[in-house]
Amino acid sequence: MNSAKERLINGLIKENPTFVLMLGMCPTLAVTTSAMNGLGMGLTTMVVLALSNAFISLLRNIIPDKVRIPAFIVIIASFVTMVELLLEGFIPSLYDALGIYIPLIVVNCIILGRAEAYASKNGVIASLFDGIGMGLGFSFALTCIGAVRELIGAGTLFGYKVMPESYVPSTIFIMAPGAFFVLALLTAVQNKIKIAGEKRGKDMSKIQSGCGSDCMNCKDMGCAQRMIKEEEEGKANG
Amino acid sequence: MVKDLLIILIGSSLVSNVVLSQFLGLCPFLGVSKKTKTASGMGIAVIFVITLASLVAGVIYKYILIPCNITYLQTIVFILVIAALVQFVEMFLKKYIPSLYESLGVYLPLITTNCAVLGVALTNVQKNYGIIEGVVNGFATAVGFTISIVILAGIREKMEYNDVPESFKGMPIVLVTAGLMAIAFCGFSGLL
Repeated sequence: MNSAKERLINGLIKENPTFVLMLGMCPTLAVTTSAMNGLGMGLTTMVVLALSNAFISLLRNIIPDKVRIPAFIVIIASFVTMVELLLEGFIPSLYDALGIYIPLIVVNCIILGRAEAYASKNGVIASLFDGIGMGLGFSFALTCIGAVRELIGAGTLFGYKVMPESYVPSTIFIMAPGAFFVLALLTAVQNKIKIAGEKRGKDMSKIQSGCGSDCMNCKDMGCAQRMIKEEEEGKANG
Repeated sequence: MVKDLLIILIGSSLVSNVVLSQFLGLCPFLGVSKKTKTASGMGIAVIFVITLASLVAGVIYKYILIPCNITYLQTIVFILVIAALVQFVEMFLKKYIPSLYESLGVYLPLITTNCAVLGVALTNVQKNYGIIEGVVNGFATAVGFTISIVILAGIREKMEYNDVPESFKGMPIVLVTAGLMAIAFCGFSGLL
Protein backbone atom coordinates (compact mmCIF):
# COMPACT_ATOMS: atom_id res chain seq x y z
CA MET A 1 0.00 0.00 0.00
CA ASN A 2 3.09 2.17 0.13
CA SER A 3 2.91 3.18 -3.50
CA ALA A 4 -0.77 4.12 -3.18
CA LYS A 5 0.06 6.50 -0.35
CA GLU A 6 2.98 7.89 -2.34
CA ARG A 7 0.70 8.56 -5.34
CA LEU A 8 -1.84 10.38 -3.14
CA ILE A 9 0.80 12.68 -1.66
CA ASN A 10 2.36 13.19 -5.07
CA GLY A 11 -0.92 14.44 -6.55
CA LEU A 12 -1.93 16.46 -3.53
CA ILE A 13 1.32 18.30 -2.89
CA LYS A 14 4.40 17.48 -4.93
CA GLU A 15 2.78 17.66 -8.35
CA ASN A 16 -0.39 19.52 -7.51
CA PRO A 17 -2.03 19.97 -10.94
CA THR A 18 -3.12 23.55 -10.32
CA PHE A 19 -0.58 25.13 -7.98
CA VAL A 20 2.54 23.40 -9.31
CA LEU A 21 1.87 22.18 -12.85
CA MET A 22 -0.72 24.83 -13.82
CA LEU A 23 -2.87 22.49 -15.85
CA GLY A 24 -6.56 22.68 -16.63
CA MET A 25 -6.85 26.41 -16.20
CA CYS A 26 -10.12 26.89 -18.12
CA PRO A 27 -12.37 25.14 -15.56
CA THR A 28 -10.25 26.50 -12.72
CA LEU A 29 -11.10 30.05 -13.65
CA ALA A 30 -14.64 29.50 -14.76
CA VAL A 31 -16.22 27.62 -11.87
CA THR A 32 -14.42 29.04 -8.85
CA THR A 33 -17.00 31.76 -8.21
CA SER A 34 -17.65 30.15 -4.83
CA ALA A 35 -15.91 27.58 -2.65
CA MET A 36 -18.82 25.17 -3.04
CA ASN A 37 -18.69 25.27 -6.86
CA GLY A 38 -14.93 24.80 -6.78
CA LEU A 39 -15.27 21.76 -4.52
CA GLY A 40 -18.05 20.30 -6.67
CA MET A 41 -16.06 20.70 -9.86
CA GLY A 42 -12.95 19.28 -8.24
CA LEU A 43 -14.73 16.19 -6.94
CA THR A 44 -16.49 15.63 -10.27
CA THR A 45 -13.16 15.80 -12.07
CA MET A 46 -11.65 13.46 -9.47
CA VAL A 47 -14.27 10.78 -10.09
CA VAL A 48 -13.73 10.97 -13.85
CA LEU A 49 -9.95 11.02 -13.46
CA ALA A 50 -9.82 8.02 -11.10
CA LEU A 51 -12.21 5.90 -13.17
CA SER A 52 -10.66 6.71 -16.53
CA ASN A 53 -7.16 6.14 -15.14
CA ALA A 54 -8.15 2.72 -13.80
CA PHE A 55 -9.93 1.75 -17.00
CA ILE A 56 -7.15 2.92 -19.31
CA SER A 57 -4.61 1.06 -17.19
CA LEU A 58 -6.77 -2.05 -17.47
CA LEU A 59 -6.82 -1.78 -21.26
CA ARG A 60 -3.25 -0.59 -21.69
CA ASN A 61 -2.08 -3.85 -23.31
CA ILE A 62 -5.06 -4.09 -25.65
CA ILE A 63 -5.16 -0.58 -27.11
CA PRO A 64 -2.81 -0.32 -30.13
CA ASP A 65 -0.21 2.38 -29.72
CA LYS A 66 -1.15 4.28 -32.88
CA VAL A 67 -4.78 4.94 -31.97
CA ARG A 68 -4.29 5.37 -28.24
CA ILE A 69 -5.21 9.06 -28.07
CA PRO A 70 -8.64 8.68 -29.75
CA ALA A 71 -9.22 5.56 -27.63
CA PHE A 72 -8.37 7.47 -24.44
CA ILE A 73 -10.65 10.33 -25.44
CA VAL A 74 -13.57 7.96 -26.03
CA ILE A 75 -13.04 6.31 -22.62
CA ILE A 76 -12.80 9.70 -20.88
CA ALA A 77 -15.83 11.06 -22.73
CA SER A 78 -17.87 7.99 -21.73
CA PHE A 79 -17.08 8.48 -18.04
CA VAL A 80 -17.82 12.20 -18.30
CA THR A 81 -21.21 11.42 -19.85
CA MET A 82 -21.99 8.95 -17.04
CA VAL A 83 -21.02 11.42 -14.34
CA GLU A 84 -23.01 14.15 -16.07
CA LEU A 85 -26.16 12.01 -16.14
CA LEU A 86 -25.68 11.03 -12.47
CA LEU A 87 -25.26 14.67 -11.43
CA GLU A 88 -28.31 15.71 -13.40
CA GLY A 89 -30.33 13.02 -11.63
CA PHE A 90 -29.05 13.28 -8.08
CA ILE A 91 -27.47 16.73 -7.51
CA PRO A 92 -29.37 19.01 -9.92
CA SER A 93 -28.26 22.18 -8.09
CA LEU A 94 -24.58 21.43 -8.78
CA TYR A 95 -25.44 20.37 -12.32
CA ASP A 96 -27.04 23.77 -12.96
CA ALA A 97 -24.20 25.69 -11.32
CA LEU A 98 -21.46 23.98 -13.34
CA GLY A 99 -23.45 23.88 -16.58
CA ILE A 100 -21.40 23.49 -19.73
CA TYR A 101 -18.16 22.95 -17.81
CA ILE A 102 -19.16 19.38 -16.89
CA PRO A 103 -19.02 18.04 -20.48
CA LEU A 104 -15.91 20.16 -20.99
CA ILE A 105 -14.07 17.98 -18.44
CA VAL A 106 -13.33 15.84 -21.52
CA VAL A 107 -10.87 18.40 -22.84
CA ASN A 108 -9.31 19.10 -19.44
CA CYS A 109 -5.64 18.45 -20.08
CA ILE A 110 -5.05 16.95 -16.62
CA ILE A 111 -7.07 13.87 -17.51
CA LEU A 112 -5.52 13.12 -20.88
CA GLY A 113 -2.15 14.03 -19.43
CA ARG A 114 -2.43 11.49 -16.60
CA ALA A 115 -3.73 8.85 -19.02
CA GLU A 116 -0.70 9.32 -21.27
CA ALA A 117 1.91 9.84 -18.61
CA TYR A 118 0.86 7.38 -15.92
CA ALA A 119 -2.11 5.12 -16.52
CA SER A 120 -0.91 3.77 -19.86
CA LYS A 121 2.29 2.52 -18.25
CA ASN A 122 1.34 1.41 -14.73
CA GLY A 123 -0.89 -1.09 -12.95
CA VAL A 124 -4.58 -0.66 -12.18
CA ILE A 125 -4.36 0.02 -8.42
CA ALA A 126 -1.49 2.49 -8.75
CA SER A 127 -3.28 4.31 -11.59
CA LEU A 128 -6.50 4.47 -9.58
CA PHE A 129 -4.68 6.06 -6.65
CA ASP A 130 -2.76 8.36 -8.98
CA GLY A 131 -6.12 9.58 -10.30
CA ILE A 132 -7.53 10.03 -6.80
CA GLY A 133 -4.40 11.87 -5.67
CA MET A 134 -4.37 14.22 -8.65
CA GLY A 135 -8.13 14.73 -8.28
CA LEU A 136 -7.78 15.56 -4.58
CA GLY A 137 -5.03 18.04 -5.41
CA PHE A 138 -7.25 19.63 -8.04
CA SER A 139 -10.24 19.77 -5.65
CA PHE A 140 -8.07 21.29 -2.92
CA ALA A 141 -6.77 23.97 -5.28
CA LEU A 142 -10.20 24.82 -6.71
CA THR A 143 -11.72 25.03 -3.23
CA CYS A 144 -8.95 27.38 -2.09
CA ILE A 145 -9.29 29.66 -5.11
CA GLY A 146 -13.09 29.56 -4.81
CA ALA A 147 -12.91 30.39 -1.09
CA VAL A 148 -10.68 33.41 -1.69
CA ARG A 149 -12.90 34.73 -4.47
CA GLU A 150 -16.09 34.13 -2.48
CA LEU A 151 -14.66 35.73 0.65
CA ILE A 152 -13.54 38.91 -1.10
CA GLY A 153 -16.32 39.05 -3.67
CA ALA A 154 -19.35 38.20 -1.54
CA GLY A 155 -18.11 38.15 2.07
CA THR A 156 -19.30 34.58 2.55
CA LEU A 157 -17.66 31.15 2.81
CA PHE A 158 -19.50 28.03 1.61
CA GLY A 159 -22.61 30.22 1.65
CA TYR A 160 -22.23 31.31 5.31
CA LYS A 161 -21.65 34.95 6.12
CA VAL A 162 -18.25 35.36 7.75
CA MET A 163 -17.29 38.96 7.09
CA PRO A 164 -18.68 41.66 9.45
CA GLU A 165 -21.70 43.72 8.39
CA SER A 166 -19.55 46.75 7.65
CA TYR A 167 -17.59 44.90 4.94
CA VAL A 168 -18.63 45.94 1.45
CA PRO A 169 -17.95 43.03 -0.92
CA SER A 170 -16.08 43.91 -4.10
CA THR A 171 -18.25 42.03 -6.52
CA ILE A 172 -15.61 42.15 -9.24
CA PHE A 173 -13.92 39.13 -7.64
CA ILE A 174 -16.77 36.78 -8.34
CA MET A 175 -17.12 38.15 -11.86
CA ALA A 176 -14.91 37.19 -14.79
CA PRO A 177 -12.13 39.79 -14.31
CA GLY A 178 -11.60 38.66 -10.71
CA ALA A 179 -10.69 35.20 -11.91
CA PHE A 180 -7.88 36.61 -14.03
CA PHE A 181 -6.58 38.74 -11.16
CA VAL A 182 -6.58 35.85 -8.68
CA LEU A 183 -4.74 33.64 -11.17
CA ALA A 184 -2.29 36.46 -11.93
CA LEU A 185 -1.41 36.75 -8.23
CA LEU A 186 -1.13 32.98 -7.94
CA THR A 187 1.33 32.75 -10.84
CA ALA A 188 3.25 35.73 -9.46
CA VAL A 189 3.67 33.93 -6.11
CA GLN A 190 4.73 30.83 -7.99
CA ASN A 191 7.28 32.84 -9.98
CA LYS A 192 8.67 34.29 -6.78
CA ILE A 193 9.10 30.85 -5.21
CA LYS A 194 10.71 29.61 -8.39
CA ILE A 195 13.16 32.51 -8.64
CA ALA A 196 14.06 32.24 -4.94
CA GLY A 197 14.56 28.49 -5.30
CA GLU A 198 16.79 28.87 -8.33
CA LYS A 199 18.93 31.39 -6.48
CA ARG A 200 19.53 28.81 -3.79
CA GLY A 201 20.50 26.36 -6.53
CA LYS A 202 17.49 24.07 -6.26
CA ASP A 203 16.00 22.28 -9.23
CA MET A 204 12.74 24.10 -9.91
CA SER A 205 12.04 22.78 -13.38
CA LYS A 206 8.89 21.04 -12.14
CA ILE A 207 7.15 24.31 -11.45
CA GLN A 208 5.55 25.50 -14.67
CA SER A 209 4.43 28.95 -15.57
CA GLY A 210 1.08 28.11 -17.04
CA CYS A 211 -0.24 26.26 -20.03
CA GLY A 212 0.04 29.41 -22.03
CA SER A 213 3.75 29.92 -21.76
CA ASP A 214 4.74 27.51 -24.48
CA CYS A 215 1.62 26.36 -26.24
CA MET A 216 3.31 26.75 -29.59
CA ASN A 217 5.71 23.98 -28.68
CA CYS A 218 3.24 21.43 -27.43
CA LYS A 219 1.51 20.92 -30.69
CA ASP A 220 -1.03 18.21 -31.10
CA MET A 221 -1.75 17.22 -27.55
CA GLY A 222 -1.77 20.57 -25.89
CA CYS A 223 -0.44 20.61 -22.40
CA ALA A 224 -0.51 16.86 -22.01
CA GLN A 225 2.66 16.62 -24.06
CA ARG A 226 4.59 18.52 -21.45
CA MET A 227 3.57 16.22 -18.64
CA ILE A 228 4.80 13.22 -20.59
CA LYS A 229 8.17 14.75 -21.23
CA GLU A 230 8.51 15.53 -17.56
CA GLU A 231 7.59 12.04 -16.50
CA GLU A 232 10.13 10.56 -18.90
CA GLU A 233 12.85 12.90 -17.76
CA GLY A 234 12.00 12.02 -14.18
CA LYS A 235 12.43 8.33 -14.98
CA ALA A 236 15.73 8.96 -16.74
CA ASN A 237 17.05 10.90 -13.76
CA GLY A 238 15.82 8.61 -11.04
CA MET B 1 -35.33 36.01 -37.88
CA VAL B 2 -32.66 38.50 -38.99
CA LYS B 3 -33.09 40.34 -35.71
CA ASP B 4 -32.58 37.14 -33.72
CA LEU B 5 -29.44 36.33 -35.67
CA LEU B 6 -28.11 39.84 -35.12
CA ILE B 7 -28.69 39.51 -31.38
CA ILE B 8 -26.82 36.19 -31.36
CA LEU B 9 -24.01 37.78 -33.38
CA ILE B 10 -23.49 40.68 -30.98
CA GLY B 11 -24.22 38.66 -27.86
CA SER B 12 -21.70 35.92 -28.59
CA SER B 13 -18.93 38.09 -29.97
CA LEU B 14 -18.95 41.00 -27.53
CA VAL B 15 -21.30 40.65 -24.56
CA SER B 16 -20.47 37.12 -23.45
CA ASN B 17 -17.03 36.98 -25.01
CA VAL B 18 -15.77 33.43 -25.22
CA VAL B 19 -12.39 34.02 -23.56
CA LEU B 20 -12.97 37.00 -21.31
CA SER B 21 -16.25 35.97 -19.75
CA GLN B 22 -16.50 32.22 -20.37
CA PHE B 23 -12.81 31.23 -20.10
CA LEU B 24 -12.91 28.91 -23.09
CA GLY B 25 -9.87 28.67 -25.35
CA LEU B 26 -7.61 30.15 -22.71
CA CYS B 27 -4.52 28.16 -23.77
CA PRO B 28 -4.16 29.64 -27.27
CA PHE B 29 -5.34 33.02 -25.95
CA LEU B 30 -2.36 33.20 -23.60
CA GLY B 31 0.07 31.16 -25.68
CA VAL B 32 -0.22 32.56 -29.20
CA SER B 33 -0.63 36.23 -28.33
CA LYS B 34 2.96 37.43 -28.37
CA LYS B 35 2.74 39.07 -31.82
CA THR B 36 -0.27 40.59 -33.56
CA LYS B 37 0.59 38.77 -36.78
CA THR B 38 0.48 35.26 -35.31
CA ALA B 39 -2.49 36.25 -33.17
CA SER B 40 -4.54 37.27 -36.19
CA GLY B 41 -3.46 34.09 -38.02
CA MET B 42 -4.66 32.01 -35.09
CA GLY B 43 -7.87 34.04 -34.98
CA ILE B 44 -8.67 33.39 -38.64
CA ALA B 45 -7.94 29.67 -38.25
CA VAL B 46 -10.27 29.56 -35.23
CA ILE B 47 -13.05 31.36 -37.14
CA PHE B 48 -12.67 28.85 -39.96
CA VAL B 49 -12.69 25.75 -37.75
CA ILE B 50 -15.41 26.80 -35.30
CA THR B 51 -17.83 27.86 -38.04
CA LEU B 52 -17.28 24.58 -39.87
CA ALA B 53 -17.45 22.52 -36.66
CA SER B 54 -20.71 24.10 -35.51
CA LEU B 55 -22.24 23.38 -38.94
CA VAL B 56 -21.15 19.73 -38.90
CA ALA B 57 -22.07 19.22 -35.24
CA GLY B 58 -25.47 20.83 -35.83
CA VAL B 59 -26.22 18.60 -38.82
CA ILE B 60 -25.15 15.46 -36.97
CA TYR B 61 -27.18 16.38 -33.91
CA LYS B 62 -30.34 17.09 -35.90
CA TYR B 63 -30.23 14.24 -38.42
CA ILE B 64 -28.47 11.44 -36.52
CA LEU B 65 -28.61 11.90 -32.76
CA ILE B 66 -32.22 13.12 -32.44
CA PRO B 67 -33.82 10.56 -34.83
CA CYS B 68 -31.91 7.70 -33.16
CA ASN B 69 -32.78 9.07 -29.72
CA ILE B 70 -29.17 9.00 -28.52
CA THR B 71 -28.70 12.68 -27.67
CA TYR B 72 -26.99 11.71 -24.40
CA LEU B 73 -23.99 10.61 -26.48
CA GLN B 74 -23.44 14.19 -27.70
CA THR B 75 -20.18 14.81 -25.84
CA ILE B 76 -18.50 11.68 -27.22
CA VAL B 77 -19.79 12.24 -30.75
CA PHE B 78 -18.88 15.93 -30.85
CA ILE B 79 -15.32 15.50 -29.65
CA LEU B 80 -14.61 12.74 -32.15
CA VAL B 81 -16.23 14.69 -34.99
CA ILE B 82 -14.22 17.80 -34.15
CA ALA B 83 -10.92 15.91 -33.94
CA ALA B 84 -11.61 14.17 -37.25
CA LEU B 85 -12.76 17.42 -38.85
CA VAL B 86 -9.60 19.30 -37.94
CA GLN B 87 -7.46 16.47 -39.32
CA PHE B 88 -9.51 16.43 -42.48
CA VAL B 89 -9.35 20.20 -42.97
CA GLU B 90 -5.60 20.05 -42.52
CA MET B 91 -5.21 17.32 -45.16
CA PHE B 92 -7.60 19.06 -47.53
CA LEU B 93 -5.82 22.42 -47.30
CA LYS B 94 -2.41 20.80 -47.68
CA LYS B 95 -3.43 19.12 -50.91
CA TYR B 96 -5.71 21.62 -52.60
CA ILE B 97 -5.05 25.11 -51.21
CA PRO B 98 -1.36 25.12 -50.23
CA SER B 99 -1.20 28.90 -49.97
CA LEU B 100 -3.90 28.91 -47.30
CA TYR B 101 -2.28 25.90 -45.63
CA GLU B 102 0.97 27.78 -45.31
CA SER B 103 -0.67 30.62 -43.45
CA LEU B 104 -3.05 28.57 -41.27
CA GLY B 105 -1.32 25.17 -41.13
CA VAL B 106 0.67 25.67 -37.95
CA TYR B 107 -2.41 26.73 -36.01
CA LEU B 108 -4.70 23.87 -36.98
CA PRO B 109 -3.24 21.14 -34.72
CA LEU B 110 -3.46 23.59 -31.82
CA ILE B 111 -7.19 23.91 -32.30
CA THR B 112 -8.04 20.22 -31.88
CA THR B 113 -7.75 20.40 -28.12
CA ASN B 114 -9.20 23.90 -27.93
CA CYS B 115 -12.15 23.74 -25.57
CA ALA B 116 -13.86 26.65 -27.34
CA VAL B 117 -14.73 24.42 -30.31
CA LEU B 118 -16.41 21.77 -28.18
CA GLY B 119 -17.87 24.51 -26.00
CA VAL B 120 -19.64 26.14 -28.96
CA ALA B 121 -21.06 22.82 -30.19
CA LEU B 122 -22.43 22.08 -26.72
CA THR B 123 -23.81 25.60 -26.21
CA ASN B 124 -25.68 25.36 -29.51
CA VAL B 125 -27.41 22.21 -28.25
CA GLN B 126 -28.04 23.63 -24.80
CA LYS B 127 -29.69 26.77 -26.16
CA ASN B 128 -31.76 24.81 -28.70
CA TYR B 129 -30.29 26.64 -31.66
CA GLY B 130 -31.18 25.43 -35.16
CA ILE B 131 -28.45 24.80 -37.71
CA ILE B 132 -28.36 28.37 -39.08
CA GLU B 133 -28.47 29.93 -35.63
CA GLY B 134 -25.76 27.50 -34.52
CA VAL B 135 -23.46 28.46 -37.38
CA VAL B 136 -24.01 32.17 -36.71
CA ASN B 137 -23.31 31.58 -33.01
CA GLY B 138 -20.14 29.66 -33.85
CA PHE B 139 -18.95 32.37 -36.23
CA ALA B 140 -19.71 35.13 -33.71
CA THR B 141 -17.96 33.29 -30.88
CA ALA B 142 -14.87 32.83 -33.03
CA VAL B 143 -14.93 36.50 -34.06
CA GLY B 144 -15.07 37.40 -30.36
CA PHE B 145 -12.04 35.19 -29.79
CA THR B 146 -10.17 36.89 -32.65
CA ILE B 147 -11.00 40.37 -31.39
CA SER B 148 -9.74 39.65 -27.89
CA ILE B 149 -6.58 37.78 -28.93
CA VAL B 150 -5.55 40.53 -31.38
CA ILE B 151 -6.13 43.25 -28.77
CA LEU B 152 -4.12 41.29 -26.18
CA ALA B 153 -1.29 40.76 -28.67
CA GLY B 154 -1.23 44.48 -29.43
CA ILE B 155 -0.97 45.33 -25.74
CA ARG B 156 1.73 42.71 -25.18
CA GLU B 157 3.83 44.12 -28.02
CA LYS B 158 3.77 47.53 -26.35
CA MET B 159 4.37 46.02 -22.92
CA GLU B 160 7.71 44.50 -23.95
CA TYR B 161 9.41 47.82 -23.25
CA ASN B 162 7.84 48.28 -19.83
CA ASP B 163 9.61 47.66 -16.57
CA VAL B 164 7.60 44.90 -14.90
CA PRO B 165 8.36 43.68 -11.33
CA GLU B 166 10.40 40.48 -11.45
CA SER B 167 7.75 38.17 -10.03
CA PHE B 168 5.16 39.51 -12.44
CA LYS B 169 7.25 38.91 -15.56
CA GLY B 170 5.77 36.52 -18.10
CA MET B 171 2.37 35.01 -17.41
CA PRO B 172 1.20 37.06 -14.37
CA ILE B 173 1.32 40.44 -16.13
CA VAL B 174 -0.46 38.97 -19.15
CA LEU B 175 -3.20 37.68 -16.85
CA VAL B 176 -3.53 41.10 -15.22
CA THR B 177 -3.87 42.60 -18.71
CA ALA B 178 -6.51 40.01 -19.58
CA GLY B 179 -8.36 40.88 -16.36
CA LEU B 180 -8.39 44.57 -17.26
CA MET B 181 -9.64 43.67 -20.73
CA ALA B 182 -12.37 41.60 -19.12
CA ILE B 183 -13.46 44.64 -17.10
CA ALA B 184 -13.60 46.65 -20.32
CA PHE B 185 -15.67 43.96 -22.00
CA CYS B 186 -18.10 44.03 -19.05
CA GLY B 187 -19.09 47.41 -20.46
CA PHE B 188 -20.62 45.71 -23.48
CA SER B 189 -23.27 44.10 -21.29
CA GLY B 190 -25.42 47.21 -21.64
CA LEU B 191 -25.50 46.64 -25.41
CA LEU B 192 -28.38 44.17 -25.46
